[in-house]
Amino acid sequence: MTLTKADLVQQVYKTHPSLTKAQATDSVEAFLSLAKTALISGNDLLLSGFGKFNVKDKKSRRGRNPQTGDELTLNARRVVTFKPSGILRSRINAD
Amino acid sequence: MNKSELIEALAEKINVPIREAASITNTLIDTMSEALAKGDSIEIRGFGSFVVKEYDSYTGRNPKTGEKIKVSPKKLPFFKVGKDLREQVNRHRSEKAPEK
Repeated sequence: MTLTKADLVQQVYKTHPSLTKAQATDSVEAFLSLAKTALISGNDLLLSGFGKFNVKDKKSRRGRNPQTGDELTLNARRVVTFKPSGILRSRINAD
Repeated sequence: MNKSELIEALAEKINVPIREAASITNTLIDTMSEALAKGDSIEIRGFGSFVVKEYDSYTGRNPKTGEKIKVSPKKLPFFKVGKDLREQVNRHRSEKAPEK
């Protein structure tokens, strides 16, 4: 099973009787857009109880095309990484 | 940005009281945690996806002492950043450098 944005909207709608379906949709879109904006502007995002999204700068390095073995230069780039919180890790491993 | 800053920004953006924005945020985080706890994956277009990977037990070493230790089987969530977010983060590279 895969959880999608539609499932998140449905869950917010179900648990917040004061919101219309359109408002529930807007709230999920706004949440995601705020999270993205923070990361795009170079800020880490810490969601306590869930995990931390880090923005990291990578230096350029020489790499290889694993299929052909050809050498190539990988440009410097900025990436997003995720570190799950201890709470999330233990929830996932609880049986 | 931390959770309470996100909640404040959300309240302002969708024009609801802070406690409503906090409740919405908690619902979103709980729903995602619950899905991963069940072993389900998450796919949010434009943002990214999460999958849970399972590891068997293995013999590892304490890197400080060299001591052998048995690592129990475990599950870990992995995040893969979505194409749109990945490209936008990279495009804004020069604007503000992370401190690390």
